[in-house]
Amino acid sequence: MLSVERLSVTFETARGPLRAVDDVSFSLAPGRTVALVGESGCGKSVTSLAIMGLLPESARIGGGLTFEGRDLLALSPRERRKLAGGTLAMVFQEPMTSLNPAFTAGEQVAEALRVHEGLDHPTALKRAIEMLDRVRIPEPARRAAQYPHQLSGGMRQRVMIAMALACKPKLLIADEPTTALDVTVQAQILSLLAELKRETGTAILLVTHDLGVVADHADEVVVMYAGRVAETAPVEALFARPEHPYAIGLMGAAPRFATPGGRLASIAGTVPDLMAPPPGCRFAPRCPFGDERCAEQPPMAPLGQGHAAACWVAPIA
Amino acid sequence: MARWLLRRLGQILPTLLILSFGIFALQQLMPGDPALILAGEDRGDPQVLAQIRAELMLDRPLLEQYFHWLGRVLVGDFGFSWRIREPVSALILSKLPVTAQLASMSFLIALVIGIPAGVLSAVWKDKPADWGINAVALFGISTPNFWLGIMMIMFFSVHLGWLPPSGYVPLWEDPVQSLATTIMPAFVLGTGVASVLMRHTRAAMLTALSQDYVRTARAKGLMERVVVARHALRNALIPVVTLGTIEFGRLLAGAVLTEQIFSIPGFGKLVVDAVFNRDYPVVQGVVLVTALIFVTLSLIADILAMLVNPRLRAA
Ligand SMILES: Nc1ncnc2c1ncn2[C@@H]1O[C@H](COP(=O)(O)OP(=O)(O)OP(=O)(O)O)[C@@H](O)[C@H]1O
Ligand code: SF4
Ligand SMILES: [Mg+2]
Repeated sequence: MLSVERLSVTFETARGPLRAVDDVSFSLAPGRTVALVGESGCGKSVTSLAIMGLLPESARIGGGLTFEGRDLLALSPRERRKLAGGTLAMVFQEPMTSLNPAFTAGEQVAEALRVHEGLDHPTALKRAIEMLDRVRIPEPARRAAQYPHQLSGGMRQRVMIAMALACKPKLLIADEPTTALDVTVQAQILSLLAELKRETGTAILLVTHDLGVVADHADEVVVMYAGRVAETAPVEALFARPEHPYAIGLMGAAPRFATPGGRLASIAGTVPDLMAPPPGCRFAPRCPFGDERCAEQPPMAPLGQGHAAACWVAPIA
Repeated sequence: MARWLLRRLGQILPTLLILSFGIFALQQLMPGDPALILAGEDRGDPQVLAQIRAELMLDRPLLEQYFHWLGRVLVGDFGFSWRIREPVSALILSKLPVTAQLASMSFLIALVIGIPAGVLSAVWKDKPADWGINAVALFGISTPNFWLGIMMIMFFSVHLGWLPPSGYVPLWEDPVQSLATTIMPAFVLGTGVASVLMRHTRAAMLTALSQDYVRTARAKGLMERVVVARHALRNALIPVVTLGTIEFGRLLAGAVLTEQIFSIPGFGKLVVDAVFNRDYPVVQGVVLVTALIFVTLSLIADILAMLVNPRLRAA
């Protein structure tokens, strides 16, 4: 239903153009969950915002975005607005600041229903309260009348999820929906998302840098590195056998995959400056497997069992 | 809310009391003997002077004079003007509506111009329209009111003959003529305030528009108009409301120069005349009423702030 083809996003900045997303392709089928993983700054949010049509004016978008057969980049702003918040919804990384402090939780959920389903105020508010109940907010009617500052972070993210799911979207983009929350709340929010997905069949693009979350919730994984896709694979295949050196490093770096008794592996070095990325493989400066071929950009290549990786050396035996 | 109001009033009363004493005490430091002024022709006659002093209690200790004055003030009696022998309260009541009308008209002009201009220049940031609005606002801030006033009189009264150059007709006597006499000064004062409001609205809107909740509003598929007017402006107004109330207070306190230029018999003129003639009771009355207006407005500002900002309502 969603197909991202050779997507690129370039920001015009004071220091010059910055290509935050470069040649990214993946697709998402109805009812599935694709996880977008990678270190901070690798372009996960920018990719998500591009799909939602929420990038600032300073961004230039290249490549293609197709949703249910429609070319998203060719839609008029008006058609785009019809999709956003209705068929396409997003939960943001920042639950503390993503709700408007001047309106009650109920009003904010109801607004989406008024716009997309043409409900009148009282009906929309009633439905909003039902939605708050759906996302397991206790005493939903009382909470609906409260303002964001009266709600905890976890509660606010639940309101965001209620808002996103209110109009029964076919695709939900959840951009690190739990990063800003504490651990117990994280687990609650994620199981809530999983439950809602089972009930509604919504496809989810789950952005995260938590591999534990990926293992529990995703069907497929897209590993990004410095604005590019390093590897794509079904979740079991990736965990069984990561092929791209960066993916291998990531697995090693995730606490849950540390070998018992062994030290936590971490990837030495830092993410390259996107203003001046390395000319060849972007991972080359940190890659222990590289050779002379790596001075050139590796193409994405299929590796069997649904794997595809952008690496000259992979599969690493 | 009721408790908050009580607490707030509890803060206001001591403030006013201290202020009233300050005003009274400062008066005494002003040079010149009022008895001499009041005696006029008879200033050589010590008996007349003594009589005047006794009448005005000028021969009593300062504190006694103060409490005497305060006691009367509390029942609305500000004494008599030494100069024109009229009750100060009557003088104030006759000038206040004039200034209130002028201030309200000016403020209305300021709101109607300043807020939309601020919103638009924020929405069109760094585009020619933004530069244009900013240039006009800079002009509005840096142009002295008296100059703009004189220019308007030259153009609309002398050159075109459309509007009376000066004078004032009360609203209830002839509304049309009343507006004709006040529109130019109101425009002069209003545009000055509009420039200030515009710049604050612009800054607040730019902040609001860059917030995450605005992105959320867009993600909901709202029209840009709704995003700006409902989601961003609602938050941007929080600081502007407070500023606006203060500006309104300043307009109510009287615009001395502008009133002078357009010969509007308002508060500003009353104060100037009173100060130059050492008409102490009038000065005291006017200053106290002005302080009262400011204190009331700051209370209104707080209430408005609570209405627009739910975070303040929680307590
Ligand atoms: N509006 C913008 N203007 C300029 N550069 C931007 C803008 N938004 C993002 N970037 C840059 O794009 C790059 C990718 O950012 P992005 O927010 O997508 O990272 P991310 O993968 O979501 O990271 P995180 O895990 O920290 O959320 C970063 O280098 C960031 O500085
Ligand atoms: S292409 Fe070369 S540098 Fe890049 S990940 Fe593969 S081995 Fe490492
Ligand atoms: Mg992000």
